[in-house]
Amino acid sequence: MSLPLLETVHLSKSFGGVQALYDVSFTLKEGELLGVIGPNGSGKTTLVNLITRFVKPTSGEVLYRGNPIHHLSPHKIVRLGIARTFQMVRPFYQLPAFKNMIIPLYSPRAKGLVGGRYGDRNAMALDLLEEVGFERDSFVAYKPAGALPQGYLKRLELAKAIALQPDLVILDELFSGLSLAEVASIVPIIEKMRIQGKTIIMIEHRLRELFRIADRVIVMNYGSKIADGPPDTIMEDEAVKSAYLGSETDSGD
Amino acid sequence: MKRRKERIDRGIKARSQDIFALSSWREMLYLAGPRLLPVLICLLLPLILGVYWQKVLMSVAVFAILAISWDILAQSGMISLGQALFFGTGAYCSGIMNHYWGLSPLLTLPIAAICGGLISTLLLLPVLRLRGVYFSMVTLIIPLMLVRVIEATKVFGGTEGLSGMDPLPSTAFEVYLIVILLLAVLFGFRRLMDSDYGLVLKGISDNDRSVINAGINIYWFKAQALFIAASIAAFAGAFMTHVYMFVGMPVFALDYSILPIAAAVVGGPGTLAGSVVGAFILVPLSEVLRGIGGLRIVFYGVFLVVCIVALPEGIFHYIQRKYHQIERWVEVEK
Amino acid sequence: MLTGTIIYAIINSAILALTAIGFNLTFGISGVANFAYGAFYVMAAYGVWMLIHMAHLPYPLAVLISIGFTTLSGALMYRFVIVRIKGQTLSEVIATFGIGLSVLELFRYFGFVGFEYTLPVFHDKSFIIAGAYVDAQRLFILAFAVALIIALWLFTHYTHLGLAFRGIAQDERTALTFGMDPDRIASLAVSFGAGLAAIAATVIVPLGSISPEEGYDVLIKALAVCIIGGLGSSGGVIIASVVVGFAERFTDSYIGSHWTMIVSLAALLVVLVIKPSGIFGKQKELEERI
Repeated sequence: MSLPLLETVHLSKSFGGVQALYDVSFTLKEGELLGVIGPNGSGKTTLVNLITRFVKPTSGEVLYRGNPIHHLSPHKIVRLGIARTFQMVRPFYQLPAFKNMIIPLYSPRAKGLVGGRYGDRNAMALDLLEEVGFERDSFVAYKPAGALPQGYLKRLELAKAIALQPDLVILDELFSGLSLAEVASIVPIIEKMRIQGKTIIMIEHRLRELFRIADRVIVMNYGSKIADGPPDTIMEDEAVKSAYLGSETDSGD
Repeated sequence: MKRRKERIDRGIKARSQDIFALSSWREMLYLAGPRLLPVLICLLLPLILGVYWQKVLMSVAVFAILAISWDILAQSGMISLGQALFFGTGAYCSGIMNHYWGLSPLLTLPIAAICGGLISTLLLLPVLRLRGVYFSMVTLIIPLMLVRVIEATKVFGGTEGLSGMDPLPSTAFEVYLIVILLLAVLFGFRRLMDSDYGLVLKGISDNDRSVINAGINIYWFKAQALFIAASIAAFAGAFMTHVYMFVGMPVFALDYSILPIAAAVVGGPGTLAGSVVGAFILVPLSEVLRGIGGLRIVFYGVFLVVCIVALPEGIFHYIQRKYHQIERWVEVEK
Repeated sequence: MLTGTIIYAIINSAILALTAIGFNLTFGISGVANFAYGAFYVMAAYGVWMLIHMAHLPYPLAVLISIGFTTLSGALMYRFVIVRIKGQTLSEVIATFGIGLSVLELFRYFGFVGFEYTLPVFHDKSFIIAGAYVDAQRLFILAFAVALIIALWLFTHYTHLGLAFRGIAQDERTALTFGMDPDRIASLAVSFGAGLAAIAATVIVPLGSISPEEGYDVLIKALAVCIIGGLGSSGGVIIASVVVGFAERFTDSYIGSHWTMIVSLAALLVVLVIKPSGIFGKQKELEERI
């Protein structure tokens, strides 16, 4: 059996008195697309923050290719090949969209892409943006990021992650705020990433769209993992249903 | 009939974008003028000014360099209230090397710049990880504390300071050295800040989470920016030591911390050229106002506050806007 | 000699704590680093002096008026300057710094320098405690500092406004969802800080004379103590005051008075190297920004 790409072992995090995450363990195989779902406040984003080390775990471990990473600085973790997008998108608003790509392209991870130290990042930025759907002839890549609608901003986030040539991509609520058509147009980009061999974790609230593409789904509730399996089994799971909808016994008055 | 103000680029600005700039002398002059003219003025001024005003020009250049150093730090998200720290460290470094070891100014100047930069960066390294306010606070109090330490321990000459340094070859050399350095620093670092490297620095200042997320070690970059800014300022300090052939506690004085900030803020923060404009305005002004003594600083303080609150864009931006754009009233359609 | 040093060390700590509390409070609650703090301190002291010598008001009344006036100045500074630039750290720092600077240098320009600028001690007596002479003023400072800290503790735990202050200091966003007006709270925080500076001034200045230099000294000391103790943490400020107070006093007695500032500087540098956010610092770095 091959080594899992990512593994968390009894991961817990408490902020002061609040237990945000409690004893969460799961493994992720290379090439999988794992969905992470759960009601608001169930600890999904905390889990991502722990993996990418924007936050220190209270206890437990995170292993990447078998090596512990939970004590490394966040930028080192990115350099190992893990990229993430943020739920609250915050680009550099006054800069044009393609200028927003310069910083990821400056990263050591983007070395191969830009063709040497003095390669032209501007050209590469435009290419990458075109791949995520910024049509070249509409010059939308030149618009200031503050003027872009949500659909394009999400694509920009995606492009920034892709620029880092990651092996593991974590997408935090990529679909939120997008119309069905926009989701449908982003899914092919995710499929392309899978074909390229990337492993993907997606935190989502849009269950229908997620279940179509996910291999496996983890369900979180109140900081714990309550289910772990392929989408069809998850949908039937009693614990999951009661987490989202409430069980019959607690329909209070 | 309602009207609104509309700002559009001048025709000549549009015509001088990209390769079209080479299309005629007029376009080329439009672009080259604002850059060549100040350079020419700076280079010719020493020839026409008398000795007193040459010294003022040197002062302008020194403060302009300190202001540029401040601006670089500010664009990288570090607001320094203690340019005097870098200035003083450089001054003492070159003073010590010359006084105790007899090294020639031509050696002490560059070495003091690097050493001063290094020492200052190492001192401030721990606070780079903290919120920006810490940086401001620590840069403010360290020079003030150093003054008191020197006063108390009488080290490096104590209250009297070190005197009898070797001077620079000639006054003309002095003036041209600092002016040319100013121009080199201005244009050189302008390019740096406009490049992708500068964009990373500005990104760190604006949204550091984003930059970390790109796998970039923001503290290393901040340290680099700090070292660059500190070294420039340290050179200015080392320079002054040899001009006055003296170094003492006054090099850590608040004056050297405040005036650069005022110059940068008045001239236009975020553009290195604005700092130079600000210095060219404030330093001669302060010379003229020398008669009113301590009131000068009150004046800077008030001026500073007014500018920060009312005209945050600075004079340089204002001029730049006028140069590139025209404003006119247009009617608003219903 | 030892007991004397210890007693004076305790008093020195009290003085430092009194000096730093106002700055710490303002920063902890509203996030505004008030670089005009030293100016408020000096302004209050000169205010009392002027009210006594020019308006011939009785001492206690002059003190009350001056404290009130300084507090009001804090509110005015917030209302007219800070509120326009709140949130932009660059502008806040420069503006408060500029104001503080202007005020202090204005005093210097108008000649408020000299030994005649003193305030009378509250009670001209000396006591002998454990073999050392301690004057009444210093004892008063100690008692007053303790009383003030207790009063502030009670205030922030049992009054509406105090609890609001604590709430905002702990987690601004959540506090705002309870309907608190951030501008009003910040304005109150700045005024409070200025008022505390004034109170500290009226109690401490009688020990020596007033000068604009004091303004810078106060700012340095307050900053140093707050950084060492951890900005925003009252417990930290107290501990840091004790640490620095004792260090300074013992250095003064056993090594030489010239070295006290070096000790403070060294303490600051040590803290910066080991734990930059201060002894009780709550610098959550990245966490608090996600």
